[in-house]
Amino acid sequence: MTVTFPQKGLPWLLLLPQLLVTAIFFLWPAEQALEQAFYQEDAFGLSREFVGFENFIELFTDPLYYQSMLTTLFFSFSVAILGMSVALLLAVMADRVIRGKLAYQTLLIWPYAVAPALAGVLWWILFDPSMGPIALWLESAGVDWNHYLNGNQAMILVVIASTWKQISYNFLFFLAGLQAVPRSLIEAASIDGASPFKRFWTIVFPLLSPTTFFLLVVNLVYAFFETFGVIDATTKGGPGQSTNTLVYKVFEDGFVGLDLGGSAAQSVVLMGIVGLMTVIQFRFIERKVQYS
Amino acid sequence: MIENRPWLTVVSHATLLLGIALVALPVWMALVASTHPASAFGVGHIPLWFGDAGLDTWKTVLLEKAGNGIDTPVFFMMLNSLVMALGITFGKIAISLLSAYAIVFFRFPFRNLCFWIIFMTLMLPVEVRIVPTYEVVANLDLLNSYTGLTLPLIASATATFLFRQCFLSIPGELVEAARIDGAGPFRFFFDILLPLSRTNIAALFVILFIYGWNQYLWPLLITTDDAYYTLVMSIKRMLSVTDGDIAWNQIMATTLLAMLPPVAVVIGMQKLFVKGLVDAEK
Repeated sequence: MTVTFPQKGLPWLLLLPQLLVTAIFFLWPAEQALEQAFYQEDAFGLSREFVGFENFIELFTDPLYYQSMLTTLFFSFSVAILGMSVALLLAVMADRVIRGKLAYQTLLIWPYAVAPALAGVLWWILFDPSMGPIALWLESAGVDWNHYLNGNQAMILVVIASTWKQISYNFLFFLAGLQAVPRSLIEAASIDGASPFKRFWTIVFPLLSPTTFFLLVVNLVYAFFETFGVIDATTKGGPGQSTNTLVYKVFEDGFVGLDLGGSAAQSVVLMGIVGLMTVIQFRFIERKVQYS
Repeated sequence: MIENRPWLTVVSHATLLLGIALVALPVWMALVASTHPASAFGVGHIPLWFGDAGLDTWKTVLLEKAGNGIDTPVFFMMLNSLVMALGITFGKIAISLLSAYAIVFFRFPFRNLCFWIIFMTLMLPVEVRIVPTYEVVANLDLLNSYTGLTLPLIASATATFLFRQCFLSIPGELVEAARIDGAGPFRFFFDILLPLSRTNIAALFVILFIYGWNQYLWPLLITTDDAYYTLVMSIKRMLSVTDGDIAWNQIMATTLLAMLPPVAVVIGMQKLFVKGLVDAEK
């Protein structure tokens, strides 16, 4: 694009709203978090003192923080892998069928529109130990289900609720990826006598790897940042610390624990993580453009 | 289809149907639960088939009060959600259109810097900078207001990128022709650029509407006044009633009502939704 308009002042006017909102609600708070991270504030917010890197040192010597990191990693990878596996299976099946493809798609993608908090509440009740149908069924099968007390079960629950919502997204992208696989390749393999199963693992799955990698990054970002509602509406990080992810911990330490310095230090660490993920995502997308 | 394998076709349909059933399970349960009186839940388990109290519950929740400590009816919170969702959607689209227009069709100093500043918003989701953003909004006296609900969320790198991409694909000859014919920047924007970006705007609208409607943490923090409660966040307030007093039928009906508008948008505008989803990730 080389043809442009000559006005000099107008572009600034056009950019002004976006830049103002960004400055006031993004850059200013980010700067505040950076600053806050180096101060210790008293519980009433009346005075604060400069403490240097103490908040960060405290954070990185706190076993709870490492535990929360592990929880986050476990949670995110579980959501990503479970969600992608189920979606891939469904997408492969939907790619095969001729009749009713669109109807299947419609009936599979709507959970994308459900707010994470609502997804959490629905599964929370399905699994409720005293009245949830699934919990009662599990009990009769000999599993003692109680996510109010059992941390692992609480984790399983938030993973299921978060995955449920994300299957639709993965499904759409896998289906698009599958439809882009050249038919001629599959026909050739089939003439050579390769079974559908073999064709999938030796031809289709490798060809899907750009989609798979892209979805892995997107799912990890989703599990990191967008599942706040699922956790807040259900376990609130508990029982104990078992579902306290990094993003939830920032909120909890800041708003519930009122440890503003510590919360700000965590914010700064998280900004670093998001930055890294964004860069990975963009490097990958650049590569995808080259290949296509 | 490469070859005819009837059994595999049967397996495919069966798997898909099972998938659909699993995906629909929670909503089915919620629907059934909302048709029973609150007293049905204390005695042991959620009933598995529809009861006859459905109409009553839905009517009370929708028109009178949501229950569980919230005195405003659902339709009122729906209006709040609608205001917030549309405010965010239109706000994002408007300011992104303008800034993409400036970045693509004008040359000015610090153009790249501006682009990077907008890009940085991608790295700062609200969940990450939650405490300081709350303080900023409190300082600006925007707690419990529609402005406070929408304005902090309308900066959007994704939308700006999308429109930038879309504008870059417009041939230079078109711009030249417009200029020769005497069209200034405004004329060009309204008469050529906007009509050409119509589908992109519509697709983005669907995605952003869902995003806006489903906001949870932000409204939860900045609204303490019933008059500004949005539907999705009200669920959390409803659940914080002491255990014995929770009216599950009302919560289920509210939950279903809260997911209805965005789900209807996805199903009704499936094509645009899929396009928006794919575009937004490019």
